[in-house]
Amino acid sequence: MEEFAWFAGIATCVKLLLIPSYRSTDFEVHRNWLAITSSLPLSNWYSDETSPWTLDYPPLFSYFEKLLSIFAHLVDPKIVDLQKGLNYESDSVIYFQRISVIVSDLCLFYGVYRLSKTLEIKKRRILWILIIWSPSLIIVDHIHFQYNGFLLGILLISLSFLEEGKDLIGGFFFAVLLCFKHLFAVAAPVYFVYLLRHYCKGGFAKSIGRFVMMGIAVGMVFAIAFGPFLYTGQIQQVLHRMFPFGRGLCHAYWAPNFWVFYIILDKGLAFLLAKFGFNIQTPAASFTGGLVGDSSPFAVLPRVTPLATMLLVLLALSPCLFKAWRDPRPRMITRWVAYAYTCGFLFGWHVHEKASLHFMIPLAIVAIQSVEDAKHYFLLSIVSCYSLFPLLFEAKEYPIRVLLLLLHSLLLLSVFTSQFGKSSSKAVGEPLHRGKSDGKTLKGRKPSSHEMNSGTGFVVGWVSMIYLLGLLAIEVWGQFLQPYLLGSERLPFLPLMLMSIYCGIGMVYSWLWQLKWIIKC
Amino acid sequence: METKKSKKSTKDSNGDGCWLLSGSMPLAFGCIAVFALLVRVIVSLNSYSGAGDAPKYGDYEAQRHWMEITLNTPAKKWYQNSTVNDLTYWGLDYPPLTAYQSYAHALFLHYFHPDSVALFTSRGHESPKGKLLMRWTVLSSDVLIFFAAAIYFVIVYYANRGKNKQQHMTWHLALILLGPCLILIDHGHFQYNCISLGLTIGAVAAILSKNELVACVLFSLALNHKQMSAYFAPAFFSHLFGKCLRHRNPLLRVLQLGLAVVGTFILIWWPYLYSVDTVKEVLSRLAPFERGIYEDYVANFWCTTSVLIKWKRLFPTPSLRLFSLSATLLGVLPSMVQQIKAPSDLGFLYALLNSSLSFYLFSFQVHEKSILLPLLPATLLALEEPLLFRWLTYFALLSMFPLLCRDRLILPYVVLLILFVLIYYIPGIRSTKKGESSPTGLKKLVMILVLLCSFFLHIVYVTLRPPQKYPFLFEAVIMLLSCSQFVTIAVYSNLKQWMLESSIWMEKEKKVQ
Repeated sequence: MEEFAWFAGIATCVKLLLIPSYRSTDFEVHRNWLAITSSLPLSNWYSDETSPWTLDYPPLFSYFEKLLSIFAHLVDPKIVDLQKGLNYESDSVIYFQRISVIVSDLCLFYGVYRLSKTLEIKKRRILWILIIWSPSLIIVDHIHFQYNGFLLGILLISLSFLEEGKDLIGGFFFAVLLCFKHLFAVAAPVYFVYLLRHYCKGGFAKSIGRFVMMGIAVGMVFAIAFGPFLYTGQIQQVLHRMFPFGRGLCHAYWAPNFWVFYIILDKGLAFLLAKFGFNIQTPAASFTGGLVGDSSPFAVLPRVTPLATMLLVLLALSPCLFKAWRDPRPRMITRWVAYAYTCGFLFGWHVHEKASLHFMIPLAIVAIQSVEDAKHYFLLSIVSCYSLFPLLFEAKEYPIRVLLLLLHSLLLLSVFTSQFGKSSSKAVGEPLHRGKSDGKTLKGRKPSSHEMNSGTGFVVGWVSMIYLLGLLAIEVWGQFLQPYLLGSERLPFLPLMLMSIYCGIGMVYSWLWQLKWIIKC
Repeated sequence: METKKSKKSTKDSNGDGCWLLSGSMPLAFGCIAVFALLVRVIVSLNSYSGAGDAPKYGDYEAQRHWMEITLNTPAKKWYQNSTVNDLTYWGLDYPPLTAYQSYAHALFLHYFHPDSVALFTSRGHESPKGKLLMRWTVLSSDVLIFFAAAIYFVIVYYANRGKNKQQHMTWHLALILLGPCLILIDHGHFQYNCISLGLTIGAVAAILSKNELVACVLFSLALNHKQMSAYFAPAFFSHLFGKCLRHRNPLLRVLQLGLAVVGTFILIWWPYLYSVDTVKEVLSRLAPFERGIYEDYVANFWCTTSVLIKWKRLFPTPSLRLFSLSATLLGVLPSMVQQIKAPSDLGFLYALLNSSLSFYLFSFQVHEKSILLPLLPATLLALEEPLLFRWLTYFALLSMFPLLCRDRLILPYVVLLILFVLIYYIPGIRSTKKGESSPTGLKKLVMILVLLCSFFLHIVYVTLRPPQKYPFLFEAVIMLLSCSQFVTIAVYSNLKQWMLESSIWMEKEKKVQ
């Protein structure tokens, strides 16, 4: 516990130091939500349009903002003023909002603490380093500004209950999470199948009883969240805000997912076909612009609709759902949930690069289980953290993001080599031996990792090495060589496009890798 | 995102080891260095001294102005008043190495942002890009000199220690690199102390590894970067002299070392050596004796006692100069004698602390920031004197609190202090630290009282306005409190240095038994 406090303390210090750093428009978005929930009656929350940054998170998050706004009002009434507070940037609002994120991270800390309680000390530390010191969380929450830490904390709490076999509470917390941020719903099918098969079992009467229990628990959460809006007749407005399908297939910066390849393929085909004399019309619409009008943004390939992406996500999820149906094991649930978010990230509609957090954090729990997982996590976490770089585009934050990533990789290398040993041939004996002595002194989940230890140690293979060096090359090209060689005017989109494609390769690899594991287990 | 852990822990597997070392030493060092750099970069986002404060601005403008002057005038004219170089506006008052460093950085700034170092037009230049580039010059100097020297020192210092060596090495390195005072002054307030302090650490490490010639060169460089490095000179001199006396051929050895020092000086002063006048000109810039014996509210002897004795009113400046000189020498004398009598590595570190504290307390024209100098040897002694080290770090910070408040660095001040405490108590190292006996009884009570007082002072200073009759009341109280602690530490460490010999003997006897 003391040691946990130490790790959390260091992270908090860094977060506090980052208070004066760059803030994205999300900062103003959340300030505006404070103002909306503070000064308007509940029935107007989802219809107010004073600022373009309208409220579009589910109701529990609005309640959360309402709670914050009470304190904000005490600190400085101007923060919660709907008109005068627009684009307010005084110290009071910056400190208040930044600190509210830092304090809400207590939820994340609790989640990690719960999860790591039963682990042996060394694995516990690794987990803390991976999650509490996650560079992606720092970049997104404490520089860019969002509240992901505490939402992911709820997810971790839910997962920790599921791993302990307390399905009802786990399901309850997942429902709470959905009512905070509906983007987490991608894992809902996994949860549904798992809870249905793992919790609602036993005799017919018992399983029906449990099903009803779960229904009541989840229903209650939704009733509390959406009830007041149903009562005031706002529910349609709320849903309309929550699901803005008017947006485009990709976010302004293409998240490194499957659709990047689709778009590139389309461009390539259009170019080739035009060469061969076909009459290809240049599409008028853009991928980011959304479904405005009827024109398709694709020249050759069929256009993608939200429904198609949804079906594709479900299709990708199906092996995992099948496994969960056949053999619902608590040990596997974290892996399945992480996989679900990976699918959502790869095939979803209008995916933000920030969504990679949704699977990076649960995967950290998986990463400490075996050396294979650790290797995979090492690669993926670097790729996903790197893909967040465009969020911080100002020069003064440049060293921060690079150093955060560098520190993260060094730490990973350090803790993984110590946990899993170094090389396969020579050190096998040593980690094995170590594993045994650990097993005696500590009654953790040692045997499983000990078995896996006996394979190979933690080494970064040459393929991953070349891939990571390629990442470096892309960074050097985008930051230094291109501005120098081509100037700032020519091909301004190229660095970002290269990043998307290159990181996309890593993401697809990770998806296939996870899929393989899920089928294998 | 930080780090510490030891190989020990894997063997003990009791979870008590320092986790950072679980990988390999280079990895652990890498983690610490990268984290320390990250903290510096984040602190450098804050404002600097004199931001937006026309017409004189602050140290940031001084450094920038030196870049402007060194870039646009020939080396010979750097210290001369002229139509292009107005010495009353932040004239260069550090030795030539600082000027060369400014020139090198000026080239860098000129390449990326010529406006920020243009002659005349750049006076008071403030732009986000200029600030960023300036910050990067400090960061790079810090990494290249201070970080490298700190790692060199840690490796040398722990070379012959067996038990818990790696744990202590990483712990010590983290404390050196994450000392809050230096980070706040260099990357918040804006100065280049990391260069002269880094060179000094390098010199100390060279002495510990018996490379005395290298030590002489490095320390001469430090002296030529900031004349304040002279605070350490008595310790270096007496230790090296004491060693020379024990050399097979003392005279030859003295000659060798002397040549190394003189040679370095000649190289650095080359542009000014063509006439005696120019040398005098530079020297007069370096020693501003026309200024008063103290400025502002620095926690040294003269300023503190001036509450009772109005030194400036009672005595003319020349006699004050004499007073301070003799007081400083008297303060330095005991540790010098000890080192000449019995030079030892540990004694040398204490001597560094004693002589720099004596200079801080008694010498002429001391700045608040000069407390960084005594703090350096105290940091190097962290393993031997954990309590003294913590205490001095804390009160050094406190004594600079008014300054850092003016620079609007309160947030980094508080956070870095907490971070420092956390790093000090890195899990797994505490139990193995040497010489850590918690004070008891009356001593403990007094310490707690002093600490509470100082916490209270912080809050009072930030929230309350002083009475109109005494506008600097709080500064004076902070100064009194800090000064009393510095004096206590000085007395203690002088005694400690003199008792070293006997304790070493006792340890040896114990081992024999």
